[in-house]
Amino acid sequence: MIEKSATQMAAALQSGELTSVELTKAHLARIDEVDDKVKAFLHVDKEGALKQAENVDARRKAGEKLSPLAGVPLALKDVMVQKGIPTTCGSKMLEGWRPPYDSTVVARLKSAGIIILGKTNMDEFAMGSSTENSACFPTHNPWDLTRIPGGSGGGSSAALAAFEAPLAIGTDTGGSIRQPAAVTGTVGVKPTYGGVSRYGLVAFSSSLDQAGPCARNVLDAAYLHEVIGGYDPLDSTSINAPLPPLVQAAKNASVTGMKIGVIKELQGEGYQAGVLKRFNEGLEELAKLGAEIVEVSCPNFEYALAAYYLIAPSECSSNLARFDAMRYGIRTGEGSAEEVMNATRELGFGKEVKRRIILGTYALSSGYYDAYYGSAQKVRTLISRDFEQAFTKADVLVSPTAPTTAFKIGEKSNDPIAMYLNDIATIPTNLAGVCGISIPSGLAEEDGLPAGFQIMAGAMKDDLLYQVGAALEAALLSKWGAPILSGAPKLGAK
Amino acid sequence: MSLTYEKLIDKYEPVLGLEVHVELGTKSKMFCGCSTVFGAEPNTQTCPVCLGLPGALPVVNAKAIEYTIAIGLALNCSIAPFSRFARKNYFYPDMPKNFQTSQYDEPICFGGYLDVKVDTDEGVKEFRIEIERVHMEEDTGKSLHMGGATGRIHGADYSLLDYNRAGIPLVEIVTKPVAGTGKYAPEVARAYVSELRDILRSLGVSDVKMEQGSLRCDANVSLRLIGAEKLGTRSETKNVNSLRSVERAVRSEMLRHAALLEKGERVIQETRHFHEDTGDTTPGRSKEQAEDYRYFPEPDLVPVAPAKDWIEKIRATLPEKPSARRTRLQESWQVPDKEMAAMINADVLDQVEQTVNLGADPTRARSWWLGEIARIANERELPASSLPITPNDVAEVVALIGKGELTDKLARQVVEGVINGEGRPREIIEKRGIKVVSDDSALMAAIVNSIKAQPEVAEKVRGGHIPAAGALIGAVMKETKGQADAAKVRELLLKHLGQA
Repeated sequence: MIEKSATQMAAALQSGELTSVELTKAHLARIDEVDDKVKAFLHVDKEGALKQAENVDARRKAGEKLSPLAGVPLALKDVMVQKGIPTTCGSKMLEGWRPPYDSTVVARLKSAGIIILGKTNMDEFAMGSSTENSACFPTHNPWDLTRIPGGSGGGSSAALAAFEAPLAIGTDTGGSIRQPAAVTGTVGVKPTYGGVSRYGLVAFSSSLDQAGPCARNVLDAAYLHEVIGGYDPLDSTSINAPLPPLVQAAKNASVTGMKIGVIKELQGEGYQAGVLKRFNEGLEELAKLGAEIVEVSCPNFEYALAAYYLIAPSECSSNLARFDAMRYGIRTGEGSAEEVMNATRELGFGKEVKRRIILGTYALSSGYYDAYYGSAQKVRTLISRDFEQAFTKADVLVSPTAPTTAFKIGEKSNDPIAMYLNDIATIPTNLAGVCGISIPSGLAEEDGLPAGFQIMAGAMKDDLLYQVGAALEAALLSKWGAPILSGAPKLGAK
Repeated sequence: MSLTYEKLIDKYEPVLGLEVHVELGTKSKMFCGCSTVFGAEPNTQTCPVCLGLPGALPVVNAKAIEYTIAIGLALNCSIAPFSRFARKNYFYPDMPKNFQTSQYDEPICFGGYLDVKVDTDEGVKEFRIEIERVHMEEDTGKSLHMGGATGRIHGADYSLLDYNRAGIPLVEIVTKPVAGTGKYAPEVARAYVSELRDILRSLGVSDVKMEQGSLRCDANVSLRLIGAEKLGTRSETKNVNSLRSVERAVRSEMLRHAALLEKGERVIQETRHFHEDTGDTTPGRSKEQAEDYRYFPEPDLVPVAPAKDWIEKIRATLPEKPSARRTRLQESWQVPDKEMAAMINADVLDQVEQTVNLGADPTRARSWWLGEIARIANERELPASSLPITPNDVAEVVALIGKGELTDKLARQVVEGVINGEGRPREIIEKRGIKVVSDDSALMAAIVNSIKAQPEVAEKVRGGHIPAAGALIGAVMKETKGQADAAKVRELLLKHLGQA
């Protein structure tokens, strides 16, 4: 049962074939079985999950009309605040903190009856592309335990790939949902900026952060997206308009007559041959389905990485200032408040977080602001214009999600630039506030590891992601004969 | 050597810069729904947003924007069609996020002015104070430093933090450099803050209590040689908690700067604290190495873009300007300047106006608020406006006097009773059994007694010397224990003595 899709699990729950308690117990058992190898979870809330499941079962028994995913379990990235449940953001800084409130995403999951199994591992404060920057431990890729599961949301993607949960929540600031999805053979969506509330999402870079659904197939992601998405008055940047119909788009799954734009700048040098090959096969499938493939150019994407590494650190230097030992989290040092703040921040933050705080502090300093933060904002505008231009020529844009398949744990830890390059194809979407999805494109020939196919659409056109994604997914599935994850190593049998 | 104030003025020109912070009287905070009521138990008016908990996000209070626009319009400012919040980054334990959400280079109101009147040697003169900007920001929490002798952080054993104030909406009103006030700089500074306070009060946007900190003034002062163009180095004086202190602080800083300059020393650009008791200032944090606040646009908030018709709606509901109102009232009541000033200083203009609106004669209304009520207020060291007596009560007392149901003397007893919380005028009259003796026969008996006691006075009156009647009337009033209507007594007495 745990290898089924969330939609299938939901159907079994609705028909009475299965209870949510049984389903939840099966996933908790799977976590017990494999998570000492995968290390996807930072905290498993057995008691809470079972209580939620009992509640959903009781409501269903009483004949209450429940939402489509009611009773289905989910893994929550530890950057999302859940009342009473430890929330660490993968940092030592927040050790012992139990938030007194629910994020909007959690509140919506709860009211939809989705069972929250626990909190998943991540790069500290979502800064990284491998989950190696977690202060707790690295997470391992279920395809090859010596490799990274992507990042920052490696815990969520690994939990899906290891069948520890059928659904997960991630957050994507520069690719933290899509790149982990790509390297684990799962599906991840970065919704339009403002499409999912950020209230209760511990901020890394406020103007780039966006929470989104993670799943093992496109339709499951669409269902989850409809649960968490939509206007929230608690988030001023939330878009006050109804979500486009996502589930309907995923079921529609037609690309006939659509124009699909291949971004010239997001291929070629730096991309692994096997990744590009699967990407091109994906294009052929789309063409076979009746889409027109066109090439588009986004000349300013060249500067996206540089702009991102000024904007994100600048905002993070301010967002992370609140971790000062005065109100919550760890506290160390003695003497004046300033000395305690210094000692705590020295101890509580990891190397990458400190690197970015220092970078951002510098970029915002008077005398440097215009050259760094100011220029980066201009680049951001140019990238938005590139997208606007491209969307006049194509309905959606496509690229490989990440330039390579999963690399070895430790391989890039000492080379931040090499690490940053993982997000080269995903960052432009965040800078422009548009949306993107990664779906599996197959296994790269040279290493047998999953590669990702990225589809991007304009703001509030998230439905196109699901429509095109579901079409490609179906075509590839019929070509492969079985879901990609059926080829992953079975991790069971301790 | 230090200069006298007169000598200083001959040589230097003072330039002022005034920054006024006003706590807005909105029910909820700037970015969350927490209450803003003053004086609650520490940390009881907080939530994830104003505590800056991880993940929490701000949402702008629309009422605060409306109030700020009203302030801007009342100060003749332009309202920006598009303005933004920014983050001012610095670490301090009473600031939950370690940045203050404020406005920086894109304030909501800019480029206004306020005219203030000051009494000069050449009569009342008007000065125009140009307003640079009016912007919104959030207040910080409060640190209480425990264990030290002074309540200051130095020498304290530990500090307690109260975040009830964190996130209360603040408006900052900043003037352009104010030059050309010469020797009247201290008076102009005071008049500006006073006029501003009146405007804010009339708008109903703040309770403008300087002593509680809901209106705070920072006074920037610099001196330059007369004729010089370049501004001198300024000091910024904080902790100026009353109108009188504004005037004193400016004067004290002018003298201190002049003394330094005369000695050939330089003025240090710094923050200074004003001391109410000594009337001088001591240095605070030095701003020589300007702190870098690393301002950048607040990404958690969308720009403020008030619709034109909203602005016009706010403009249409602006109340009459306090200065215009004063002129109008003074003309309609025919009050001399001095008495007008007395009412303003005693802060009873509203009360007098309401009393008059309830039908009382302006002269009578004024004389009650500035007389008996002011006297009791003085005795109790309270502002007259805070005594438990209302314009309604005063208007009723005036009406009862008019109808002859109270004498002035009895009315004073009634007013005192109201202030003591014994009830409304009617109740007090009843309870205390206050009654004007208007029974003619009772009065006549007293009159006859008074004539018997002072026959020689009665003779004088009979002889046409009317002023002598006062002694007899006084005796009658005494006998009736003040409960007689003195006018009535006079009428009866004169008639009895054949003089009417």
